[in-house]
Amino acid sequence: MATKVLMPQLGESVTEGTITRWLVKPGDVVSKYDPLAEVSTDKVNAEVPSTVSGRIAEIVVAEGDTVSVGTHILSIEESGETGAATEASAPSQPAAAAASQQPTAPATAPAVSAPKPLAAGAVNEGQKQRYSPAVMRLAQDNGIDLAHVKGTGAEGRITRKDVQLFIEQGGMQATAAPAAQQMTEAAPAPVAAPVVQAPVKETAGNVDIPVATGDQIIPLTPVRKTIASRMVQSKHEAPHAWTMVEVDVTNLVNFRNQVKDEFKRKEGVNLTFLPFFIKAVVEALKEYPILNSTWGGDKIIVKKDINISIAVATEDALYVPVIKAADQKSVYGIAKSIEDLANRTRAGKLTMDDMSGGTFTVNNTGSFGSVLSTPIINAPQAAILSVESIVKRPVVVNDMIAIRSMVNLCLSLDHRILDGLVCGRFLQSVKQKLEAIGPETKIY
Amino acid sequence: MAVISFIDAVTMAMREEMRRDPNVFVLGEDVGVRGGVFRATSGLIEEFGEERVIDTPLAESAIAGVAIGAAAYGMRPIAEMQFADFIMPAVNQIVSEAAKMRYRSNNDWNCPITIRAPFGGGVHGALYHSQSVEAMFNSTPGLKIVAPSTPYDAKGLLKAAIRDNDPVLFFEHKRCYRLIKGEVPDTDYVLPIGKADVKREGTDITVISYGLTLHFALQAAEKLAQEGISAHILDLRTLYPLDKEAIIEAASKTGKVLIVHEDNKEGGIGGEVAAIIAEHCLFDLDAPIKRLCGPDVPAMPYSPPLEKAFMLNPDKVYEAMRELAYF
Amino acid sequence: MSKMRHEEAGLTDQQVLDMYYYMLLARKIDERQWLLNRAGKVPFVISCQGQEAAQIGAAFAMQKDTDYLCPYYRDLGVVLVFGQTAKDAMLSAFAKKDDPNSGGRQMPGHFGGKKWNILTGSSPVTTQVPHAVGIALAAKMQKKELAVYTSFGEGSSNQGDFHEGANFAGVHKLPVIFFCENNKYAISVPLKKQLACESVADRAIGYGFKGVSIDGNDPIETYLAVKEARERGLRGEGPTLIEAVMYRLVPHSSDDDDRVYRSREEVEEAKKKDPILTFAAYLKEAGVMDEATEKEISDRVSKEVDEATEYAENAPYPDAESYKLHVYGE
Repeated sequence: MATKVLMPQLGESVTEGTITRWLVKPGDVVSKYDPLAEVSTDKVNAEVPSTVSGRIAEIVVAEGDTVSVGTHILSIEESGETGAATEASAPSQPAAAAASQQPTAPATAPAVSAPKPLAAGAVNEGQKQRYSPAVMRLAQDNGIDLAHVKGTGAEGRITRKDVQLFIEQGGMQATAAPAAQQMTEAAPAPVAAPVVQAPVKETAGNVDIPVATGDQIIPLTPVRKTIASRMVQSKHEAPHAWTMVEVDVTNLVNFRNQVKDEFKRKEGVNLTFLPFFIKAVVEALKEYPILNSTWGGDKIIVKKDINISIAVATEDALYVPVIKAADQKSVYGIAKSIEDLANRTRAGKLTMDDMSGGTFTVNNTGSFGSVLSTPIINAPQAAILSVESIVKRPVVVNDMIAIRSMVNLCLSLDHRILDGLVCGRFLQSVKQKLEAIGPETKIY
Repeated sequence: MAVISFIDAVTMAMREEMRRDPNVFVLGEDVGVRGGVFRATSGLIEEFGEERVIDTPLAESAIAGVAIGAAAYGMRPIAEMQFADFIMPAVNQIVSEAAKMRYRSNNDWNCPITIRAPFGGGVHGALYHSQSVEAMFNSTPGLKIVAPSTPYDAKGLLKAAIRDNDPVLFFEHKRCYRLIKGEVPDTDYVLPIGKADVKREGTDITVISYGLTLHFALQAAEKLAQEGISAHILDLRTLYPLDKEAIIEAASKTGKVLIVHEDNKEGGIGGEVAAIIAEHCLFDLDAPIKRLCGPDVPAMPYSPPLEKAFMLNPDKVYEAMRELAYF
Repeated sequence: MSKMRHEEAGLTDQQVLDMYYYMLLARKIDERQWLLNRAGKVPFVISCQGQEAAQIGAAFAMQKDTDYLCPYYRDLGVVLVFGQTAKDAMLSAFAKKDDPNSGGRQMPGHFGGKKWNILTGSSPVTTQVPHAVGIALAAKMQKKELAVYTSFGEGSSNQGDFHEGANFAGVHKLPVIFFCENNKYAISVPLKKQLACESVADRAIGYGFKGVSIDGNDPIETYLAVKEARERGLRGEGPTLIEAVMYRLVPHSSDDDDRVYRSREEVEEAKKKDPILTFAAYLKEAGVMDEATEKEISDRVSKEVDEATEYAENAPYPDAESYKLHVYGE
């Protein structure tokens, strides 16, 4: 068995030593305490003695080399042992050297596996109700009801960062996209690294789900956590009702096909169907302002401004920017706004203002082929409308079968605020406006 | 810019100051021919002679007291305590005399001495070569206490200490002497005493430390960064008077504060730092102010496992930082 | 005392009259402060009574303006010779703003003043001894020819700082005069409980320099001893330890009652050797001082003490807010 001889710590504060001269060579037989090498350090010059009797197997560090305390400098085959030396069973490194090395040891590689949970066992729901001074102040300063904030701290505690993130994402005015759906024609973005680095840990809502071998654990990003929290909150608080109309948009399709190339050439912007749908929704909202409202606990607040939230996905997150004052915009204006918000979302340049103030959400679920969806309301708004895929279908027109471009418009509504009647009228209004589109429709 | 060790930065500062000002001199046990037991004064006697690099009798109170007299007369003595542990016989001179000379004489006399002392453990120094004694002095107005953690700071602050018109206790963590290396300009520069320094910017937690444990925190912060935890690290550098503004700013930044030092927890500098934060930052606090310190046992034991258990290390600091991040 | 001892010592008639004047001034300031204390006007007095001869004799041997003093709290006589006045002493007693020692910050007896080369002192005893050594070391480094006087009681000669300072000075052969005013008591603890050696001066041999024990009631003998010590120091022959043997005629301080630890008989016996009386007798015997001169000195001292008391009592206190000042340099 070969004994590894290590560079000793010669003097307090010394961290390294230089082998000035080897006093032995491989094959030499040494007795315990025979000198092996002369070593110089900042503080002392000394002979390093052998700690065992045996034959020198290998000299690892060359004369003149300077090595850290604790470095293996030579090996000795102990007397009575066969030549079958095994490195694996090196004697334990003197604890002294080990201890002294500690601070120099590089930080171990970052844990690739998920951090081990710090708080095990049952979740203490009471902890969520105890707010730190920083959280209380942030909530007060920003008019935030902490019941709406999801805690990511120990035992679900709401941390200062949770509140800051909540504010950054629009505070009470905004939630994450009601559904993981997007406006653009790009494929849905996978959940990737969070935009904001934040400690990720088990939250209060966690349950102990068994993980089998080969299962992949994806830590929650802050955005994903926020989406989760807002969805639960909306579904939990707002009694959702759902209704749908189908709209014949053949004329819209024709009209858009006529003007889109010139529009693109003139404006440099693609003219999609969405601005027409939003325009129709906005006009209908003017007629039925109750759909443009907010649940206020003991009251309903009907918003004066019509600000339309739309969902935009990026590679790493999903945002719900807002087309402000949509009622004052033409189809062209809305198209420009969508383009601008989408671009700035992808460039990561959305401002707080861009994401706050929405009063109604239009969600383009049709962009990835959906023909039917039941969106979750973007609380505290009153309703959300999804625009499904436009598909050609045989329909009966004037008692004849015709091939028409049809689209489903789905509306989820907060039944505390809205009833079926007004929503039906609203949808009929949207439908009429869309079906009335034709060559005389103004884009500008 | 040369990369040199902490102790070489200390030596460089003294050499430069001795060249600059003939009133600067060094005194202490073994500082002359031996160049100091840690070699901090290595080469000085060769350059400046034994009149300015004085091997004193083995008597700490005299080292301090004689330096005080010389300082009052107009010299700029640098007194070396061989180990901070051995400063005790000189405490009366430091606390009753040096610290109070200006005040008690109504600004007639002052005492521009620098007292250097290696402190801290992790070098198999056992009870009496490992102590952190700074807390014994940190309620002594009139005294300044400096404890740098990097070679750059060591040079700039030691030069500032030597030029300071008041007494400065300059604590050097002996484990940093050869372990910590860094870029140090060979130009003349001084750093302000009384100013802390942000050694790492971060947003999730704030770590306030000094000396060797500051490096543990920096190492732990690297590791935590890869887990998505961003640590803000403040190096106090001056332990008395504390840089209250910097402490308040650093604490407010994240609202989660961990104070780390090797000195005992109870009665340590950390308690004072925590009090400042508690007084000024209540509405920014998002977690209890935490302290990770040396244990409250009399001093560091010798046996390696005992020493290891006593000492903080990057892993212990990492765990404490992580726990706070997840609060 | 032989008749012309002062001439043998190289002191003129005027010088010994001046010595007498300072001794009397120190005594009368001290006595006045006791009265003021008992009248409730000053909080604290610490005395030089019985030690004036040694103090004035020693101070006369030092070179004012170049030498340095690191005196202890009873050395009123020493600082008077070096330039402090009765007014200064009274300003200190009343803790007034213009107290030159500390601006009213320290108790009386904590002398200091850069303009007189008197290093500021504290209450923990003997800390001034290493300071004196440091000043001497610094002066040597700066090649300034000066000596340093530091004083302390026999009780303080037991302190580590005495040993450490004396040893350091001995090693470096520094011109320091270690002046021990052995007044027989460390507050209440008598000499025999303080020292096992015959004389404090015996301790010098351990430091490799000369130690002498002298009659501290005799200003001329003290003057000679200190003068010789000073010259030895300036010649580079190192320090000297001088034990001046005397008796503390009053309690340790205004807060002490010495009747519990020493007999009245012992004190009365000592008062017969009161240096003010014995030195006055010598001056008369030597024909240096006649009745008229004695009265003139006495009247001058009384007037100074009266005026100083009046002045200091009416002088302003420091501004309360000034307590914040001078923790560090600006």
